[in-house]
Amino acid sequence: MATVQRSGAPARAAEPSSESAVVEVCDLRMRYGSTDVLAGLTFQVHRGEVLALLGPNGAGKTTTIEILEGFRMRSAGEVSVLGVDPKHGDEAWRARLGVVLQSWRDHAKWQVRELLAHLGVYYAPYSTERIRRPWEVDDLLATVGLAQHANKRVGQLSGGQRRRLDVAIGIVGRPELLFLDDTTILLTTHDLDEAEKLADRIVILAGGSIIAEGSADQLTRRISAQAEIRWTLDGQRFVHATADSTAFVRNLFQQYGDAIGDLEVRRPSLEDAYITLVRDFEAGRTTTAVRDFSEVVR
Amino acid sequence: MNPTVIAARAGLTRGWIEFRQSLTNYNDLAGYILPNAIFVAVMYFQRHATIPGMPVSLGARTLPSVLGMSVGFGLILLAQQLAVEREDGTLLRAKATPNGMLGYLIGKILTVTGMTLTGCLVSFVPGVVLFGDVLTDDPRAWLHLIWVILLGFAATLPIGAVLGSLLSNPRHLGLVMLPWMALVGTSGIFYPITAYPGWAQGIAQAFPLYWLGLGARSGLLPASQAALEIGGSWRHLETAAVLGTWAIMGLILAPVVLRRMARHESGSAVEARRERALQRSGR
Repeated sequence: MATVQRSGAPARAAEPSSESAVVEVCDLRMRYGSTDVLAGLTFQVHRGEVLALLGPNGAGKTTTIEILEGFRMRSAGEVSVLGVDPKHGDEAWRARLGVVLQSWRDHAKWQVRELLAHLGVYYAPYSTERIRRPWEVDDLLATVGLAQHANKRVGQLSGGQRRRLDVAIGIVGRPELLFLDDTTILLTTHDLDEAEKLADRIVILAGGSIIAEGSADQLTRRISAQAEIRWTLDGQRFVHATADSTAFVRNLFQQYGDAIGDLEVRRPSLEDAYITLVRDFEAGRTTTAVRDFSEVVR
Repeated sequence: MNPTVIAARAGLTRGWIEFRQSLTNYNDLAGYILPNAIFVAVMYFQRHATIPGMPVSLGARTLPSVLGMSVGFGLILLAQQLAVEREDGTLLRAKATPNGMLGYLIGKILTVTGMTLTGCLVSFVPGVVLFGDVLTDDPRAWLHLIWVILLGFAATLPIGAVLGSLLSNPRHLGLVMLPWMALVGTSGIFYPITAYPGWAQGIAQAFPLYWLGLGARSGLLPASQAALEIGGSWRHLETAAVLGTWAIMGLILAPVVLRRMARHESGSAVEARRERALQRSGR
C-alpha cells in the first residue's frame, strides 16, 4: 500500500494529470529465471492520493513496492518515484521517502524516544523551506500516541505499540511519499475494511498483472450493481435484489408502513468484490479471457 | 552541514548508546564476565607453574596472551552482531534511512571496539593485581602494546564484518566460532607455541591471533622471556607485517562484501529469515 502525504492543506488533485504523479510505473516487468513475477504493470499515484495495492500471496505486491522503494532491481519497464528512477535514487531522494517496515525485534534495547531522535538526525540536512525535517520527537510521539511510552525500551512495547513505533519511524523524516509495506499481514477482512476506508484508489494485483483498478465503490459496482434488501413482514422474512434500492424501500414503506421490520440494505463489500475478482482471474488464468477481462476493467 | 558528516556523527552517537546498553543488560554483562572469569581462574592456577628456562610463571605469561586474544575477539562480536541485526531488520532500517548504512557501520565498529576493550579490561585488571610485579615498567613497552592493539583491531574487525555478512543465519555463528577456538588452541595463548608440532605452529602463524598474543607479550613481559618464542625473538617486524597484511586484506574485502550484503536487504529478505527462525523455534 502506498500513500502520499498531503503537504499543507489537505487538497487533493481534482483531476489526475501526469504532472501531479508522484509514482509513475509503465510496463514494469520482473522475471526470475523463466518466471514472470510482474508481467507489465502500469499505474500512477498522484499527489495527495492514497493507493492500496491488494492481491493474493505471490501476486507481486511486495516485489512492486520493493522496486519502488529502490530495494530491488527490475527486469524491464519505466519507473519514476518523486521524479527519480529508484535505480538511481541517491540519499537525498531516500530522505523524501518513508518506509514503514514490519519490525520484529530490532533495536529492542533502545528507548523509544532515543531511537526516534537518533533516526531523525539523518534527515536534518535534507530539511527545506517547505518541509522541515525531521519531525520534532515529542510531537511525533504524541501524534502516534506513544507519548507515555517515550522512555520505555522498544523491546517492552506491546504489539500494537510497536506497530505505532514502526509508523513513527516511517514518518520521522516527514516523507513526501510513504510506503506501508505489510508483507507479513495476510489479507484479512480487517485489512480490506481498512483499505476501503483509507484508500482513494485500489489496485488489485494477481499473477503479476493488474486485474482491476478503481475506487472501492467502483470495484464493488463492477461485481454487482444490485443491492440486497431484507425485511420482515407479519413474521415472514423477505429478500429482494435490486439496482435501485432507495426507490424499492420507499415503495415498501408506502405499501406496508409500520408493518415492515428488520430492514437491511446490503451492497457488495470490497471483500466480496476482491474475492470475486481474484477468483474469476484464477479460474480464467489459462485462457485469453483474462486479458479481455482486465481490459474491460480498465 | 554535509549529510555524510552528520551521518558519521550520528554513527558515533549510535556507537556510544549501544556500548552503554551493553553495560546495562544481563546478557551482555554475562558475556563480559563469564569467559574472563575463566581466564582469570586459569591464570590464578598457573601462578606458580613454570617451565624450564622461563623467567616468569605460566600465569604471568598467560595474562598478556589473553589480552591479545581478547582484542581479536572483536572479530567474533562484530560477525555475530551483523548476522543478528541483518535477521532482525536493523540493517534494513539503516538502509531505509538516508546515509543510514554509514551511521550504522561507524556505530557498530565503535560499539564492538568498546565492548572488546571492556572485555580486555575485565581479565586484565585482576591479572595485573596477580602479576603486576612481573610486568615490565618500561613506558616504551606500553606504547608498543598500544600499536599492537590498534593494528590488531584493524586486522580483525574488517574480517569480522566480512564473515558476519557471509553468514546467512546467526545460528551458523558456530562456523566462525569453532575454527576460532581451534586457533586459540594452537596459537600459544595458554602455553608456549614452541611446545607444539611444526604444522600447528605453521597454521597459527598464518592468522592474526598468534601475532596478537605475541605482540601483547612483547609489550608486557621482560625481554628475557623472548627466548621462549619462535626464533627466540619478539619478531616485531613480522608481527607488523602479518597483522598489516590481514588489515589490508580485510579493508579491501569488507566494503565489497558489505555493499553486496546491503544491496540484498529488503523487507521480503528479512521476512524470509524471520520465517525460517520461527520454524526453527518450533512455532
